[in-house]
Amino acid sequence: MVRLEDNKFYTADKPLEALPLPAKVYIPLSQHLGKPCFPLVKAGDCVSLGQKIGSADAHVYSLVHSSVSGRIKAVTDWPHPVLGRAKVVVIEADDSCGPQRIDYSLREDVDKLTPESIKNIIFDSGIVGMGGASFPTHIKLNPPKPVEALIINGAECEPYLTADYRLMLEKTQEIIKGIELVEKCLGVKKVFIAIEDNKPQAIKAFRRFNYNVFVLSSAYPQGGEKQLIKSVLNKEVPRGKLPFDLGVVVHNVATVFAIYQAVYLNKPLYERIVTVTGSIVNKPKNLLVRIGTPIKELIAYCSPLKEDPAKIISGGPMMGIAQYSDEVPVIKSTNGILLLGKKEAVPLQEEYCIRCGACVRECPAGLLPCMINLASERSIWQEAISYGALDCIECGVCSYVCPANRRLVQSIKRAKLEAVR
Amino acid sequence: MTDSLLVNTSPHLHKKESVKRIMWLVTLSLVPCGLAGIFIFGLGALWIIVLAILAAVITEFVLQAATRRRITVFDGSAVLTGLLLAYNLPADVPFWLPVVGAIVSIAIGKQVFGGLGQNIFNPALVGRVFLMASWPKYMTTFVRPLSYDAVTSATPLAALTEGKALEGISYLDLFLGNRPGCIGEVCILALLIGAAFLLLSKYISWHIPLSYIFTVGLLSYVFGAKTLFAGDWFSHILSGGLILGAFFMATDYVTSPLTYKGQFVFGIGCGIITVVIRLWGGYPEGVSYAILIMNAATPIIDRYTRPRIYGS
Repeated sequence: MVRLEDNKFYTADKPLEALPLPAKVYIPLSQHLGKPCFPLVKAGDCVSLGQKIGSADAHVYSLVHSSVSGRIKAVTDWPHPVLGRAKVVVIEADDSCGPQRIDYSLREDVDKLTPESIKNIIFDSGIVGMGGASFPTHIKLNPPKPVEALIINGAECEPYLTADYRLMLEKTQEIIKGIELVEKCLGVKKVFIAIEDNKPQAIKAFRRFNYNVFVLSSAYPQGGEKQLIKSVLNKEVPRGKLPFDLGVVVHNVATVFAIYQAVYLNKPLYERIVTVTGSIVNKPKNLLVRIGTPIKELIAYCSPLKEDPAKIISGGPMMGIAQYSDEVPVIKSTNGILLLGKKEAVPLQEEYCIRCGACVRECPAGLLPCMINLASERSIWQEAISYGALDCIECGVCSYVCPANRRLVQSIKRAKLEAVR
Repeated sequence: MTDSLLVNTSPHLHKKESVKRIMWLVTLSLVPCGLAGIFIFGLGALWIIVLAILAAVITEFVLQAATRRRITVFDGSAVLTGLLLAYNLPADVPFWLPVVGAIVSIAIGKQVFGGLGQNIFNPALVGRVFLMASWPKYMTTFVRPLSYDAVTSATPLAALTEGKALEGISYLDLFLGNRPGCIGEVCILALLIGAAFLLLSKYISWHIPLSYIFTVGLLSYVFGAKTLFAGDWFSHILSGGLILGAFFMATDYVTSPLTYKGQFVFGIGCGIITVVIRLWGGYPEGVSYAILIMNAATPIIDRYTRPRIYGS
């Protein structure tokens, strides 16, 4: 693990702010791990805010809802922040189809809801893990065996990002209520709210409640699920197994907030918080954004920029994905848009590995990234796997520390793909 | 705008570090002992250093140009190899000797394997043992310290390994470098200054030097005299090329193990071989051979000292 310059100062003090309603949204039918949805609507249809527009015929999937009231323009291929290109539902906002904002009233009988009905509401609301992995949340609330510990992930160890941080400050009460719901679903006794020590305000906010706040040292990738379990419980998820197998479940704070909104307000997941940041952004912000909004609208709202971006990253600088287009929409797992200028986005000259061992020392998974890299470059996939390629969590620490600028993560990803073939 | 976007894999953040910076910083850390060597043995030592470095850099340049590869002579690695080779030579060898040594170091020790990072053996030591095997007389004729003339003299280590007590040389002399020896190895004080810099700035870890030096100390204490447990271990540590080798050559990234555990094994192996050669071998000094032999063992050490994969 490494200490990184967190660069959160750009947006740490910027309160949540709603992005004005976009004219058009492009809502991908695949924003989750599992089977992509098929559209429930067709061009010309009128949909209202929060209406279900995508579903699938599978075990692992998550529903998709409309983030505006409007008319369906098309169901078409479109740039996707994770998948490159994927099917989206294009909706043009139209007030004649319904309201663009709903004043949700607080549900009063929440205490009477059974765990089953809570899980059903969560499924119906299309909630997925919002920390990045996008695993359907209702499945994570349905453990095959009893759960002993629940960890609420408020680490946000990626530099620059403050979406979770602002949420923890401004929606503390709501997150706590969401945690209560998750507890009820899982029937769990031990709950930890894990926050890195570079967020003292958030730690203070949660200390007011009767919960165990676990203060993590600020190190990357402390917020990775497996690393978090190790730090909080001093246990390791066995290779090839899931946290379930240890009796542990981890949920991100943003996911828990979405659960609160789904159950208490009956509001499906159609908007989320996105940090728009970077040294070239004049007005970096934490924005409340409708799912499907093209990121160019977010960038325009935070403009003028000091220079044209040389790289647009969806997510943080360590695990985020560089985008080829600013037309890509915000999806359920988009926690940030990071813009890098010319000087920050220089392709680095790759040198020979000098075996300094920095990648080996810092790898949180205990792998030999430099050796996987050599094997991968020579297409010796079996060798790459023997050095642990399949256990890589792609956190990027190896490439970050490498003095020779080796494309370590890239070659390990390649080895993983080849190994599956 | 989107036409000019850079799209590549994460991470998009990189530590401000480079191979070049590392090589030049290690070179910098070797300056104090070089200056001490020049002071102790005279300006001849400076010429040896300059010639070795020039020959190393030119050899690398010529070979890279001839094979049409990227010219990387300014990354500092060739300079470092030349410098280390010079530090392993006596101060009054003929001027062609460092040149031949440097050519062998770079050509045979490094470029035939494919250049930086690919070589199995420490290039400077390859050059040194080549010279040692080819011209042993030059390589074992040492200048008396601070006399600046080529009066030859036996090294304290030669006396030590023959089981003789050191006469006329105190621990302080050994520590400051007031003894015959190779250019860069004599002044322990200056070597430790450079080593401290590398350790504190985390360019090397203590695992190899400490396990190496400790092993030499322990074994020379046990076996270094006619009776057991009576060896002059402190002189064994201070004399010969141990300190130079342990901190600056055994720690060479390319040719030493990747993990701390492996480095520990490597250091102990170097220590054992060094003492065996010193006490029972034909040469008075065994540091170069010990490191080279352990270089050969590095892949197998790496194989058995892999880190534990999370969750296994």
